[in-house]
Amino acid sequence: MESSFDVARIRSHFPILEQKVRDRQLVYFDNAATTQNPLAVTDAISDYYNRYNSNVHRGVHHLSQVATEAMENARKRVARFINATHSHEVIFTRGTTEAINLVATSFGQAFLKPGDEILLTTLEHHSNIVPWQMACERTGATLKVVPVNLRGEIDLEELAGLLSERTRIVAVAHVSNALGTILPVKEIVKLAHRYDIPVLVDGAQAAPHLRVDVQDIGCDFYAFSGHKLYAPMGIGVLYGREELLNRMPPYQGGGEMIEKVSFEKTTYNELPYKFEAGTPDVGGIIGLTTAINYLATTGFDEVIRYEDELLDYATRKLRSIDGVTLIGTAARKTGVLSFLIDNVHPYDAGTIIDHYGIAVRTGHHCAQPLMDYLGIPGTIRASFAFYNTTAEIDLLAGAIEKVKEMLA
Amino acid sequence: MTIEETGKQIAAEFELFDDWMDKYNYLIELGKGLPLIDESKKKPENLIVGCQSRVWISAEYMDGKVVFHADSDAIITKGLVSLLLRAINNHTPDEIMNADLSFLDNTGLKDHLSPTRSNGLVSMIKQAKFYAMAFKAKETGTL
Ligand SMILES: Cc1ncc(COP(=O)(O)O)c(C=O)c1O
Repeated sequence: MESSFDVARIRSHFPILEQKVRDRQLVYFDNAATTQNPLAVTDAISDYYNRYNSNVHRGVHHLSQVATEAMENARKRVARFINATHSHEVIFTRGTTEAINLVATSFGQAFLKPGDEILLTTLEHHSNIVPWQMACERTGATLKVVPVNLRGEIDLEELAGLLSERTRIVAVAHVSNALGTILPVKEIVKLAHRYDIPVLVDGAQAAPHLRVDVQDIGCDFYAFSGHKLYAPMGIGVLYGREELLNRMPPYQGGGEMIEKVSFEKTTYNELPYKFEAGTPDVGGIIGLTTAINYLATTGFDEVIRYEDELLDYATRKLRSIDGVTLIGTAARKTGVLSFLIDNVHPYDAGTIIDHYGIAVRTGHHCAQPLMDYLGIPGTIRASFAFYNTTAEIDLLAGAIEKVKEMLA
Repeated sequence: MTIEETGKQIAAEFELFDDWMDKYNYLIELGKGLPLIDESKKKPENLIVGCQSRVWISAEYMDGKVVFHADSDAIITKGLVSLLLRAINNHTPDEIMNADLSFLDNTGLKDHLSPTRSNGLVSMIKQAKFYAMAFKAKETGTL
C-alpha cells in the first residue's frame, strides 16, 4: 500500500521523527494531541522572524506592510481551505479552546437567557464542555447532552428529540478525539437549522483528516487548532458566519478591535478585527498557511486516503491480538485508534509501550464524561498522521504483546 | 532502620537490575503481591485523583508511629506505592515529615515521580506528610 504514497520522502520533511527514544527509533503515534511541523513550516516561521517581523495593521512603514499583507493573505488561504464565503469570517485565535470560549462568551452574552438550553454530545472534549458550563453559570442556561451508543456513535433521532424551542445552540465535535468517530455534522446542522438553531462544530480532530467545507456542512461556527494540523502551537481558527458574528459583542478588548476610542464610548472595528484584540501571532499565522499549502502540495486527498489505510491496517492488526479490545468502533472513523488490554491499566500499558520508543497517549483524553459513560478509567490511544507507516503499527503490535507478557 | 537507610536498601536492590524490563517486572511483582488496602478504605475521602491512575491512602497512629495503607488501580503505580510505604511506614511523624525520599531517583524509576506524570504518586507523598503533620499536631495539642 505504501508504494502509491512516498512516505519515505514525506518523512524526510519532518526531521523530528528521525530520533532515538530510549535507544529505539521513535514511533510517534500521538498526533491527535499534537502533530509535527514539516521543514517548510519551520523555515517559513524563521523566514518571517529573520526578514519581516513587524507589527501589523498599524504602520505605514515597509515591513509592517509586508507583514500585514502576509497575514491577510493567510486569512484568505484559510478561508479557501475550509471554503468560507468571506475571508473576514476567519478569526485567528490561540486554538480550538479559545475559539470555543469566544463563542460561548460572546454568543452567550448576546443570546442566552435563563431557561435556555445548549445541546452537546457525550463524546465532547472538555474544551467543548467547560466553556458552555461557564456560559450557563453566567446566563442561567442549562446543558443537554446527546448520548452515544457503545460503538461511539450518536443517534440523529435522539439528537432531534433533544432539540426544543428552548435550544439556543448546538455544539458538537466533527471527530471525537478519544474514539475517532466522525459525527454526521451536516445532518446535525440540517436538523438544528429547521428550528433556526445555530451549530458550532469543534473541528480540532477533523481539519487534519477530512476535507472541511463549512458551506457544505452549513455550520455557523467551526473551530480548529494549528498544532494538530502540522503548524505551530498557539495559533488556531474560528470560522463564524458573518451575519451571526456581526450580532455578537467583542470577546476581548484592546488594540486592533476598535474603530474609535474615547473614554465615553468606543466603537468597534469591523469583522474580523472586532474579535482579534491585541497583536496577533503573525509568525504562527504564517506557519499555519504554510502547513495548509504543504498539505495541498503533498496532495490532501492522497494524504486522507493513506491515513484511512493506516487506520484500517491498525484496526485489523490490533483486532487480531488476543486480549485487545477496541474502544470506539463506529462505522465512520478517522485518525484515532483507542483500545484496552485485558486486565491491564492504561497507565501501566503506556509506561511499557513508551519503553519501546512508541509515543501513545493514555488516560481519559480530556473526555471524562465519555469515559464515565463507557465505564472505563481511560484508554490507550494511538493516533496517526500521514508520516506514519504500517511498519510502525507492527512495532506497536509487538509492544502490546510485551505488555501482555509482563502484565496480563 | 531509618527511612533513609531503607531508601538506600531499595535503591541498591534496583541497581542489581541493569535492564529496565527487569526493574519493571520486579515492580509489577511487588504491585501484584500486596493487597495494600482494605476495600472499605477505598472511599472517596481517601482517594487521590491523578489524571492517569488513582491512589488511595489511609493512615493509623499507634504508639507514636504512623502506619499507612495505600493502593492504586495501576499495578506499576501500586508497586511504587509499596516501595514508598516500605520506607516510611512505622516511623514517627517527625521522621516522616522530614523524610528525604530522593532514594527513588536512584531506582531508575524517578520519571514516575515527576509531577507531570499525574499518576497521583506525588500527591500521595504530600498527603502522607500531611497525615504525619496532623498526627503530630493532635498529639501536641496544637490543632
Ligand atoms: C476534539 C478536540 N477539541 C478541542 C481540543 C482543544 O484544542 P486546543 O488545546 O488546541 O485548544 C482538542 C485537543 O485535544 C480536541 O481534540
